Amino acid sequence: MKICVLVKEVPDAAVQKRIDPNTMRLDRSGEKNLNPFDTHALEAAMQIKEGGAIPVEEVIAVTMGPDSAVRALHKAVALGADRSVHLADDALAGSDVCATGYSLAKVLEAESPDLVLLGQQSDDGECYTIGAVVADHLKMPSLTQVIKIDVTDGKLRCERQAEYGYDTVEVELPAVISVGDAINEPRYPSLKAIMGAKKKPLDTKATGDVGIDGGAVGEAGSKTSVLALNPPPPKQAGEIIEDEDTNETVEKIVAWLDERKLI
Amino acid sequence: MPGILTYALHDDEGNFNKNSLGAISEAAKLAGEVGGEAAALVVGEVADDACASLGNYGAAKVYRATSVPEGLAQPIIDAMAKVIQDEGFSYALFGGGLLGFEIGAGLTARLNAGVTMEVTEVKVQDGKLVAERPILQDSQIADVGYVSEPGIIIGRLNAFDAKESGGTAEVVDVEVELSPWSTKATMVQRGEQRGADVNIEDAEILVGGGRGLGAADGFKLCEELADSMGGAVAATRAVVDAGWYPYAAQIGQTGKTVAPKLYLAAGVSGAIQHKVGMQSSENILAINKDPNAPIFEFSDLGVVGDLHKIVPKLTEAIKAKRG
Amino acid sequence: MPAVKPSEFPPPFDPNDVIGPPTDPEEERIEVGIAIVGGGPAGLACANKLMQLLEDEPELTEKLGEVPVAVIEKGKVAGAHLLSGANVDPSALERLFPDLPPAEWPPVYQEVTKDATYFLTSSKAFPLKPPPPNFRKEGTYTLSVSKLGRFLAEKAEEAGVYILSETAATKLLVEDRIVRGVRSGDRGRGKDGEQLGNFEPGSDVVAKATVLAEGTIGHLTYAAYDYFDMCEGSDPQAWELGVKEVWEVPKPLDRVIHTLGWPLRWGAKYKEAGGSFIYPMGEDKVCFGLVVGLDYTDATFSVHDELQRFKQHPFIAKIIAGGKRVGWGAKTIPSGGYWSLPKRFSVPGMLVAGDAAGMVNIAELAGIHYAMHAGMYAAEAIVESLKKDVDSVNFESYDEAIRGSVIEKDLYKSRNMKQPLSRGLIVGGVVANALVATKGNFPPGHWKVEDNAEPAMFLGRASERYPKPDNEVTFNKLDSVFLSGNATRDDAPNHVRIQTRVPREIAQTWVSMCPAQVYEIPDEQLENGAAEVDVHVTASNCVQCGAITAKGGRLTLPEGGDGPLYQET
Repeated sequence: MKICVLVKEVPDAAVQKRIDPNTMRLDRSGEKNLNPFDTHALEAAMQIKEGGAIPVEEVIAVTMGPDSAVRALHKAVALGADRSVHLADDALAGSDVCATGYSLAKVLEAESPDLVLLGQQSDDGECYTIGAVVADHLKMPSLTQVIKIDVTDGKLRCERQAEYGYDTVEVELPAVISVGDAINEPRYPSLKAIMGAKKKPLDTKATGDVGIDGGAVGEAGSKTSVLALNPPPPKQAGEIIEDEDTNETVEKIVAWLDERKLI
Repeated sequence: MPGILTYALHDDEGNFNKNSLGAISEAAKLAGEVGGEAAALVVGEVADDACASLGNYGAAKVYRATSVPEGLAQPIIDAMAKVIQDEGFSYALFGGGLLGFEIGAGLTARLNAGVTMEVTEVKVQDGKLVAERPILQDSQIADVGYVSEPGIIIGRLNAFDAKESGGTAEVVDVEVELSPWSTKATMVQRGEQRGADVNIEDAEILVGGGRGLGAADGFKLCEELADSMGGAVAATRAVVDAGWYPYAAQIGQTGKTVAPKLYLAAGVSGAIQHKVGMQSSENILAINKDPNAPIFEFSDLGVVGDLHKIVPKLTEAIKAKRG
Repeated sequence: MPAVKPSEFPPPFDPNDVIGPPTDPEEERIEVGIAIVGGGPAGLACANKLMQLLEDEPELTEKLGEVPVAVIEKGKVAGAHLLSGANVDPSALERLFPDLPPAEWPPVYQEVTKDATYFLTSSKAFPLKPPPPNFRKEGTYTLSVSKLGRFLAEKAEEAGVYILSETAATKLLVEDRIVRGVRSGDRGRGKDGEQLGNFEPGSDVVAKATVLAEGTIGHLTYAAYDYFDMCEGSDPQAWELGVKEVWEVPKPLDRVIHTLGWPLRWGAKYKEAGGSFIYPMGEDKVCFGLVVGLDYTDATFSVHDELQRFKQHPFIAKIIAGGKRVGWGAKTIPSGGYWSLPKRFSVPGMLVAGDAAGMVNIAELAGIHYAMHAGMYAAEAIVESLKKDVDSVNFESYDEAIRGSVIEKDLYKSRNMKQPLSRGLIVGGVVANALVATKGNFPPGHWKVEDNAEPAMFLGRASERYPKPDNEVTFNKLDSVFLSGNATRDDAPNHVRIQTRVPREIAQTWVSMCPAQVYEIPDEQLENGAAEVDVHVTASNCVQCGAITAKGGRLTLPEGGDGPLYQET
């Protein structure tokens, strides 16, 4: 089985995020890190490989991003991926969810994976469930928010939490599975693995190499546009009650809750 | 004809999901302003009157695909894509919740469409819909417009309120051909409740307990209060650290992020490490004996007092009110 | 209330626990040419210089193997744990990259052309004319040391250095009294040190030469000093704690400013010695900080809160008016100077450079360029020795280089400047001025550096003056820890070594001292008047400033990657 793990480089959670006023998009010039949700996907891939229920020949880390994204790939490889693929092309800059999903699908198509794993969402809050976008292009079954994967008889038995509770779903391969952070505790890379990461094969591909239609991607191919950025509506200053007569206080609280239809 | 199609999720007993009803109401409101009609898609064997009842929330038409199974996104993507393309809907609108995300995302690919996720409000500008979504930990709101049709809008949990308006909807049955990959995933068991593992991220009402509770058994007060309101219990880092409550309930920078309709904070100081996990709550009620507690700076209603006196009485009063 | 000394409650820590032979089987040890512990100015200047020198030494480069130079850095990235003012003497920048003028270094904001020193009272600011010579900064360059770390690491990586970030060096590998390398820390332990599901043990990293450039905390360095008796006859080290903020401001600041006096109290019994710095960062930002010697005696004294108070002074309020806080951090700086320097800077297999080696001229608030010079001297000594014999462990030419350098010369000149200030500002001020005026020659003698844990602590009234945070100008500690980028997991093992049942004065000292609110006295013991109390530790708040080591405890290393993620401090 060949597993591709989609990873993304995102601004580190500790960095104060801001919007670049020129592009109306997230300013990505600060510290970046491998999307924490993707480390769970990598761990899931490694556990399937190490579990032995099905032989896994390769785990490949795949990313779409600027030059700096190679760091995310190095990290992914230090965590166990055998090699990595970097889709890098200026034409992709400013791609929206639709274009990103399309591009990722094209680069994955070139690898013909049996299983695509990725994190449920990215820390930069730009998109949720991109796995579902990718899956439709790849014409594969998709499941998101997965918190348990078992491999049996060439099929996946997954658990995920949905609106009404936990669903158990059986999925045939090839498939695209987006994992939630509750699925596992990602391993730490060993020093040896970190130091060896740069030696693992890294293929860089441009849009033309994987058949991406340049007109459908990038800023120009975007189907949405950010029209304005505004501060949130000013929150009305909260009311403060000093409790003197508790019965009275409780009455006021209940009235407040009732007014807002909370009880 | 322009119009907005929504998806009405229901459980195995045919009860419609609150967020779906909210989406229908929102679609009806917007269709009124931008022209066209609001419609809903329902899948599975749902009775005529149940479908028609969606008109009460503003749906003019309900498309029913009886042969499409419920619960998994991809067959529903097939159904919605067909209806949107056949009927020429300009927008697809989803209420918060997992299935809405999965269907909306899949439609993005299928229809080559623009999508905005975690939307908190939708407005009309120049005869088109503009989706508002918070970014950067809710410190700014981005107005997102659509360059082409259809446009896909996926709401944040609890963003759209269900409004009853009277009226019934016309029910139209549709036949849907499922894509080959839509049948590759099969539901083995749907909606299993796991009791102890309450998912606080989905709760509409949360009672958060902090150091002010004094001791681990202070959480009994929180649990009783939460029960009286049909809510769940959450905790701060400090009390989880001290072993008073499990990590699964921890909210904050190193815990979960929630946005319930009501967050009632009992004995919580409101340090920023906690605040970032619950600041998007629609209503924040804080009870704390320290008038200088930071939480009073961002609570909607702050009560300075002894929670050990207030919370039990509040629980009684709420139980009485709800009968 | 009797006053109590923190030194009477030594931490449960044995330096021998962090020194020992390699324990991994030989084939699993990681071999590198030169291992540098610390991705700060000293370590990274050393790494860059090594690669420059190795360009002309192909034979030696080959002998050093696949990884000729590795830098082990405990922060998430090099720069994540760096904090300083800083106005840097350009000599080291020019020496490291002669083709890059200091003004063009990315971490540099501007060349300093105007500076001023003020004496503050509670409501006024009196310019000191003529300004004290030690605060003349014309000709230096204002930069962010945190950005400097990132820049030097980038250059080092381009040159082929392996930067191993998120890696703590927790043990010095020594065999037969020769340093053979370091061991990296375990990851994936829980609160009580237990192994969690994703536990990953550290590795032995063996090298031909090990450079300890650990900075002010000097975790392995201080253990090495004990083990190898490197400080025989030196005074103990002492530290000052600096708490700093970065602000976006509408009005640019046109000069580098230092202040003395308020808010510090000048009575001799308080031993509050220090001052503030206020520096422009380009057109739209300023940074400022309060730096105070850790020999103060009021247990309720808190540098963070004094800094909050400081912002309310009209002189400072004007500078930050209409602005917004965008950064915060805290770090100690070694202040012992010349008398606290180790007697030897190298032992077989190992060299020490930078703050960990005490190479700081506290009177002039200078240390970064000395650290970089030392790093470069270390590189030169290593290459010189290894090219003659790649198995040589003798780096004594480094000691000679340091002794003959500007590092030793400058530190000697200010050798008695800081100590008088702990006798109070009046006496101290007079003496310090005499020293400056006579270029260090008067008064003569050796004014001993006192261990910060020696002065007895008393429960004073410093805290009564601290403002309640308004979240616009003044902020509490937890909010500040958040701003530092610290998001350490809650179940991280406790890396702080202190006695946890101590007299109230000691507990209060730690509670107030720590800028990150790591220490707390349980609520029920706060007001009960008991002489002895418990100390609760929230290790995950720690920003690794190092103050606890100065005042009776010991900071050991958290797991790699923990702690702050400073951006522009």
